[in-house]
Amino acid sequence: MTRARYITGYSDPMSVAPGGSIHFYVSAEGVTQYRADIVRLIHGDLNPAGPGFKEKVVQTSVSNNYPARRQNTYPGSCIVIHEKAALAALSSFTLQAFIWPTTPQKGRQVILGRWAAKQRSGFALIIDETGAAALLLGDGRRVETISSGLALREREWAFVAATYNTDSGNAQVFQETLEDHVVLKGRATAERLTRVKPRMVNRAPFTISAGFSHTDDQRSVFCYHYNGKIDRPRLAGDVLDSSTQISFQKHRPQPEQENIALAWWDFSENMATTTITDRSINQINGETVHLPTRAMTGHNWTGHTLRAEDAPEEYGAIHFHDDDLYDSGWNISFTLDLPDRFRSGVYAARLKAGEIEDYIPFFVRPKPGRPTARLAYLAETATYMAYANFNVLHAPETEPWVSRLLIVYPDNLLAYQHDEWGKSLYESHSDGSGISVSSRLRPITNMRPKNNSPFGLHGSSLREFCADTHLIDWLDYKGYACDVITDEDLDNEGVELLRPYAAVMTGTHPEYTSTHMWDALKAYTDQGGRLMYMGGNGFYWRIAYNQECPGAIEMRRAGGSRTWITEPGEGFQSIDGEPAGVWRDVGRAPQRLVGTGIVTMGFDIASYFKRLDESHDRRVAFAFEGIGADERIGEFGLIGGGAAGLEFDRAEPHYGTPPHALVVARSENHTESYLLLLEEMGAMIPNIHAPENPLIHADMVFYETPKGGAVFSFSSQCWCGSLSHNGYNNNVSRMTSNVLTRFLDPAAFDV
Amino acid sequence: MIKYNLAELTAEFEANPIGHHSPALRHLLQKLRSSPTKGKFVLVCTKPYREWVLATLTGSRKNPVKLNKRYVFNDLLEAERFVFRRRLKAFTRLEEDQ
Ligand SMILES: [Fe+2]
Repeated sequence: MTRARYITGYSDPMSVAPGGSIHFYVSAEGVTQYRADIVRLIHGDLNPAGPGFKEKVVQTSVSNNYPARRQNTYPGSCIVIHEKAALAALSSFTLQAFIWPTTPQKGRQVILGRWAAKQRSGFALIIDETGAAALLLGDGRRVETISSGLALREREWAFVAATYNTDSGNAQVFQETLEDHVVLKGRATAERLTRVKPRMVNRAPFTISAGFSHTDDQRSVFCYHYNGKIDRPRLAGDVLDSSTQISFQKHRPQPEQENIALAWWDFSENMATTTITDRSINQINGETVHLPTRAMTGHNWTGHTLRAEDAPEEYGAIHFHDDDLYDSGWNISFTLDLPDRFRSGVYAARLKAGEIEDYIPFFVRPKPGRPTARLAYLAETATYMAYANFNVLHAPETEPWVSRLLIVYPDNLLAYQHDEWGKSLYESHSDGSGISVSSRLRPITNMRPKNNSPFGLHGSSLREFCADTHLIDWLDYKGYACDVITDEDLDNEGVELLRPYAAVMTGTHPEYTSTHMWDALKAYTDQGGRLMYMGGNGFYWRIAYNQECPGAIEMRRAGGSRTWITEPGEGFQSIDGEPAGVWRDVGRAPQRLVGTGIVTMGFDIASYFKRLDESHDRRVAFAFEGIGADERIGEFGLIGGGAAGLEFDRAEPHYGTPPHALVVARSENHTESYLLLLEEMGAMIPNIHAPENPLIHADMVFYETPKGGAVFSFSSQCWCGSLSHNGYNNNVSRMTSNVLTRFLDPAAFDV
Repeated sequence: MIKYNLAELTAEFEANPIGHHSPALRHLLQKLRSSPTKGKFVLVCTKPYREWVLATLTGSRKNPVKLNKRYVFNDLLEAERFVFRRRLKAFTRLEEDQ
């Protein structure tokens, strides 16, 4: 297939209040100009069996034609040392580090040095084309590589060093594995007299884990990205003998080393930040670019502790990836300055160029402390970021998993053609290590209206953003006034953001939750707030928002049912030092927050709910007004033909469902596509499919919380897909209305 | 080695390609669907909710699918049946060889 014509982009921020500004960054290929308009998004589902696509153009100053151009993205993390004075005098030198390479055979990779690729100038300790440690020297005309000649082994720690004597022209390389495999050679040296005197190019900085290529529109572009971990990189302005090199491997410099070291970088300092600390007296500090993974186990990790804070000297490593991405760094294409009064809601910048179009969704929230409705919808922007460009079609197990043919959609193809826009938190980096950082400062091809997913259900194959528009549409159709707020706003502002609202509704898949978000939601329901959990698989993974790099989140798959697994000892978040993974593992199962937590997922069809005895308790009578005792609830719907499906949750007192919670309805009759969640079995059990396993059902739960608050959990990702059935006149719509009306009513609950 | 009653399982699948299946059909489907990525049948959606073209995965990220425009479907269940028959043919040939 040829490279597709496209138009796409991202916004910053993603959530904006009236009176504020939001910038849009657009890139296009194969078109010369495009038309942009701001639209309010109502219903994003194209399924002809449903209400169809609904948007409303909003008159703003954005509406116009714009010239289209391609904007480049340069992924790959590294460290840049901005200091130039202390390094300018460098002539003879020693470079050394411990490394754990993950792709030693991928070609030239810079470990550390000052290499200007375009000018063929400078020096660097590298992995060469044969996978061996080598010293690279260039004087602008000639390039010389002194190689150890011994290939480094993948995912095995090695000590590597290079020295250069400017007076004699003597160059040396040393490489030694930390694993003695007896029959395999583990140590190699090379020495040569060279006439290539490294020449420095002024604008090329000293770098770690990449070389310098050029500048594009004031952005530094790097090359020869290294994949893997680097621990304790050192630089000296002299040729160090081997015993001095060994003394330089210590965590902290002694006074005698301080005098020789030019830079003694300690990656275990400031692990939550982009700052790289030099412990030598020169303080040649640096800065990470594109968020490499910090708080990684070093060459000397013992396993006595699993947490970096407890033994920083064992966590001196950073894992760099050639596809890490924080900020795409594009130029602003246009800006929307919101007037002081602007309706809160879900919006998008609609871009059109002939047949080609795209939507860049964003959220207009109310001004802080100035709610405009009694109901708030919490847009699950953390989930949208976690699933950004989710693309796992190429894994052989994908089709058995979805239990039907894989369907490839245009956004999948676009994302595949643009690996530079980064992948989702479900996938792995190019070196096979799991992706633990996601950013919204890049195109997210699946966070779009009209989007379908290979991982949806038969029918409307919707997930996340597009699935949430089923709820937006229902609120609009029913005429409920509603403010829109986002996960990121909640992380920033905490419970104060929620407090003004009588009721808060989640989206269909609020899976990713930061500690601030969790605390805020719990405080809200504990202080009289009323929460409607409109989806499934909610509040499952812990994340942390990066305060220094707005728009980035961190998540590590330590525990839980997962598509990749953190390496031993790397199960704590670098941003806040908190245990990473699923909330249940830190005593905060979703059942403690909303009464139910995920038990299964499946990808073929959905089913329905039936009332349980507890639904006849007068405490919850409000929810079942107009619903028959034996009625099947939601035996219809756009997503999979039912209200119970995709990913859904069950109540479990052992995990934290409150003792007074009423389990009012339960789903049944699920297909064999629905498998038991990993955490639900201690050891392997044979009955993991829905038809054989009695735990696999969705539970609808209601309970009162302190000070007149309450929680109602529909507990299924398909619930909202059933709302519009039969002209919005159906038992799913009725129940949702019943609960919402009661939750907006200030009257105390009858306990 | 499990003995499949292929005529029965085919009838069961054709009647209901997506949804509840008997344990024997589930077992067979696991085999049919577990083929390696390269050359695996997929559908490419060319008109939302209306048109799907048969394709195979190439195994490359840059150009992940190869379209086979001779097979265009307007019904997803028909596409399921078509691929099932194709895979079953290959599967029985393999079984006979062994
Ligand atoms: Fe999920």
